[in-house]
Amino acid sequence: MPAVQETVDQVRSIDVDQYKYGFFTEIESEKAPKGLTEDTIRFISAKKDEPEWMLEWRLEAFRRWQTMREPEWARVSYPPIAYQELYYYSAPKRKTALSIDDIDPEILKTYEKLGIPLRERDALLGIESGGAKVAVDAVFDSVSVATTFKEELAKAGVIFMPISEAIREYPDLVRKYLGSVVPVTDNFFATLNSAVFSDGSFVYVPKGVRCPMELSTYFRINERNTGQFERTLIIADEGAYVSYLEGCTAPQRDENQLHAAVVELVALADAEIKYSTVQNWYPGDSQGKGGIFNFVTKRGDCRGDRSKISWTQVETGSAITWKYPSCILRGDNSQGEFYSIAISNGRQQVDSGTKMIHLGKNTSSRIISKGIAAGYSDNTYRGLVSAHRKATNARNFTNCDSLLIGDKCGAHTVPYIESKNSSAHFEHEATTSKISEDQLFYCRQRGLDPEEATALIVNGFVKDVLQQLPMEFAVEAQKLIAVSLEGSVG
Amino acid sequence: MNAEIRPIRTPAEQALIAELGGLPAGTDRLADLRRAAARSFEEHGLPHRRVEEWKYTDLRTLMRDAVPVAGTAAVAEADARARALREVEVRRIVVANGAVVPELSDLAGLEEGLTITTLAGAIASGDEVLSRIGGILPGRYDAALALNTALAKDGVVLTVAPGVSIARPIHVAHVFAGDAAAASYARSLVVVGAGAKLTYVESFEGPEAIAYQANSATEFVVGDEAHLDVVRLQQDGGSAFHLSTILFDVGRHAQVHAFTFATGASVARTSLYATLSGDASHVGFNGAALLKGRQHSDSTLFVDHQVPGCESRELFKTVLDDSSRGVFQGKIVVRQAAQKTDGRMMSRALLLGEDAEMDNKPELEIFADDVACGHGATCGDIDEELLFYLRARGIPLKEAQSLLVQAFVGEAIETVEHDGLREALVEQAEAWLKARG
Repeated sequence: MPAVQETVDQVRSIDVDQYKYGFFTEIESEKAPKGLTEDTIRFISAKKDEPEWMLEWRLEAFRRWQTMREPEWARVSYPPIAYQELYYYSAPKRKTALSIDDIDPEILKTYEKLGIPLRERDALLGIESGGAKVAVDAVFDSVSVATTFKEELAKAGVIFMPISEAIREYPDLVRKYLGSVVPVTDNFFATLNSAVFSDGSFVYVPKGVRCPMELSTYFRINERNTGQFERTLIIADEGAYVSYLEGCTAPQRDENQLHAAVVELVALADAEIKYSTVQNWYPGDSQGKGGIFNFVTKRGDCRGDRSKISWTQVETGSAITWKYPSCILRGDNSQGEFYSIAISNGRQQVDSGTKMIHLGKNTSSRIISKGIAAGYSDNTYRGLVSAHRKATNARNFTNCDSLLIGDKCGAHTVPYIESKNSSAHFEHEATTSKISEDQLFYCRQRGLDPEEATALIVNGFVKDVLQQLPMEFAVEAQKLIAVSLEGSVG
Repeated sequence: MNAEIRPIRTPAEQALIAELGGLPAGTDRLADLRRAAARSFEEHGLPHRRVEEWKYTDLRTLMRDAVPVAGTAAVAEADARARALREVEVRRIVVANGAVVPELSDLAGLEEGLTITTLAGAIASGDEVLSRIGGILPGRYDAALALNTALAKDGVVLTVAPGVSIARPIHVAHVFAGDAAAASYARSLVVVGAGAKLTYVESFEGPEAIAYQANSATEFVVGDEAHLDVVRLQQDGGSAFHLSTILFDVGRHAQVHAFTFATGASVARTSLYATLSGDASHVGFNGAALLKGRQHSDSTLFVDHQVPGCESRELFKTVLDDSSRGVFQGKIVVRQAAQKTDGRMMSRALLLGEDAEMDNKPELEIFADDVACGHGATCGDIDEELLFYLRARGIPLKEAQSLLVQAFVGEAIETVEHDGLREALVEQAEAWLKARG
């Protein structure tokens, strides 16, 4: 039994009504006709004023998608998704603005409520009060509404813009890299995304440039019955460095909403990409009604020698999380990292993990995954570490720990460790436990009440991962963890 | 991608289904079991890599054809083939080509409380012990077990009365004898009464060059507070196909230890299913596999904690030379009721050959919160520093390697409690290393 009966009772009565981003912004929007046909795709492509090759690319994906079946191997169960009942494109009606002042004030207010400053002067004020400078690309339903600090980034040569703009302005770059990490036909959800993606961020950091500030995208699903399909493409050219943050929220609704994103990272020789996510989509209510279905394909390609890609994720939201940020370690001496905290409460289902595919020589990877399951939730770590024949001296260290709070939840670990090279050294360890009585006793002896003590221990449990987050994010994530577990721990 | 493709039946599947068509008629429980198993095989066929539990051992590809069921073995040849553990003081029963050979089996002067019959004999006499056959369900479709259930005609049926302690280990020596490739199916049942104690040994041997197929399954019903030690020695011929299933049902406060030692067969798969149905039992499932050439060896474990307070320990060591391939899949399931479960699983692999491959898949599936469960998996080549240490002391490279490999598998072998058996296993490991040169 868990530490205190009180905790169990609270877990049982937990209400996810505490989701503080659950508001809805009343705003006129323009949608594509309901359902998905070739016409929908032509509509999206036309809206975005896309070149012919892009439309062909989408149509090919769509044709392929129609022949595919939804994957069933993950430990998640959900009612069938009616793909024809969704809207695949929704944009705020007022034409996307040239300057921040032209943006619909309602949208600005939304982002203000979410604590995301879009006005650069607000952000600059933030600097004076001690915060760091962060360039933000804000995506509202299907379109990017604002990108900040564009000029300052341009000075450094960094391209940071909505991908729909990049397709028009830098077609060669996009064409060269889009779909080169996650191919069009990769999996059911990625193929769907390839057909209908409407916006997302595009980042290109040129040779030898260290991106002068953190880049960030903030995703917001607002409209009812829409799916959000964003596509992010980040390229770090030789010797470049970029740190990228991603955050997401959605209104509280009774019906489920679909989010199927694709993120592609390309790191050329000596480049480094650090990608951090705080995922806080609406998780549904305590009975499991509503919430976002989050089916995301994220993959990084360490294409050049000595390149490095690091994924950090804090997953607290979504009714269903299906997400495996991966690294293909192609270049010699390249490195991949995956740090994850996945918290599930209520009726949430999380099936997340990573893949580290060692292809080059002397490649190394590190996986730290912390899963916390409470309420009636299921939390699964699923990961693959593989060394191919030529991956001489590959190294991997994996540590995945799970913590169970309450006896109605489940924590599962499904690692695959495949080594085809004798000089590859792989180490994997996993543990599952509850909060130890000894630790609790120690804290309580020193005057902490059981809830405070539990919170303290949980924070210690996830510390390894929190440390990997950029500063501002770490603070937010820490707060988020406390909120997510409210009712089950302090 | 995930389309439900109804695969074309392979020649092996066609032959097996034809074989299953010839099942004897009957209305008893066993006949029903056989028919149900045959039907499930006809429905699912041989597993392939899309079937999660057989992901790394694709029987559809590996089992090219099914050979005819073996006929009766010549007694003299069976005797000559059964070499394993001759030096250990045991009660030997020889099962050749899936049938017990009474001439070679030591069935006289059984200790009080020990009964040994054959499955064929039990069927002929309608023995009530048959009601326990097929009593332990793996909880999922297992092609090897289904084929065994449908086709096995003989095997050992052994019971130990409650409270009886049998000091002399029982050794069931499975051998294949014959000049042409053939398939054998043996099904055994071991019932250890409450508080009883038994050491049970199974060995598997056969000619080196014949591509025979051995399929064996043994069910162990372990009573409350009973103590069972199982040692398995898989030394099938280098061209053989070995499929085996061992199933345990473990009672309250019982203690079960099983050790699997594998050096044989060209393709081997051993599935171990354990259901912990009585609280506070202690189980330990360990193993070592030494592989060379192009051998493929798969150990798959499924430990199901259904009740509170049980402890399970698994330690598997795999040594892979040349271009051999080792597979370890272990799954610990802890049901909601199984609070206070303590489960630890470890798989370690040492890759000696440059083209060797190891696939590890240790799994935890946990529904109870007050548990301490963990698993670990490592693979890699011999630690250079350890080698350097030994070589700095004048030990030649090969010898140093041998010493380290011995120490590596020794940790698992040491879990065998019976002195004679443990020493025999150590010798086997040494012999394997010596043959490596």
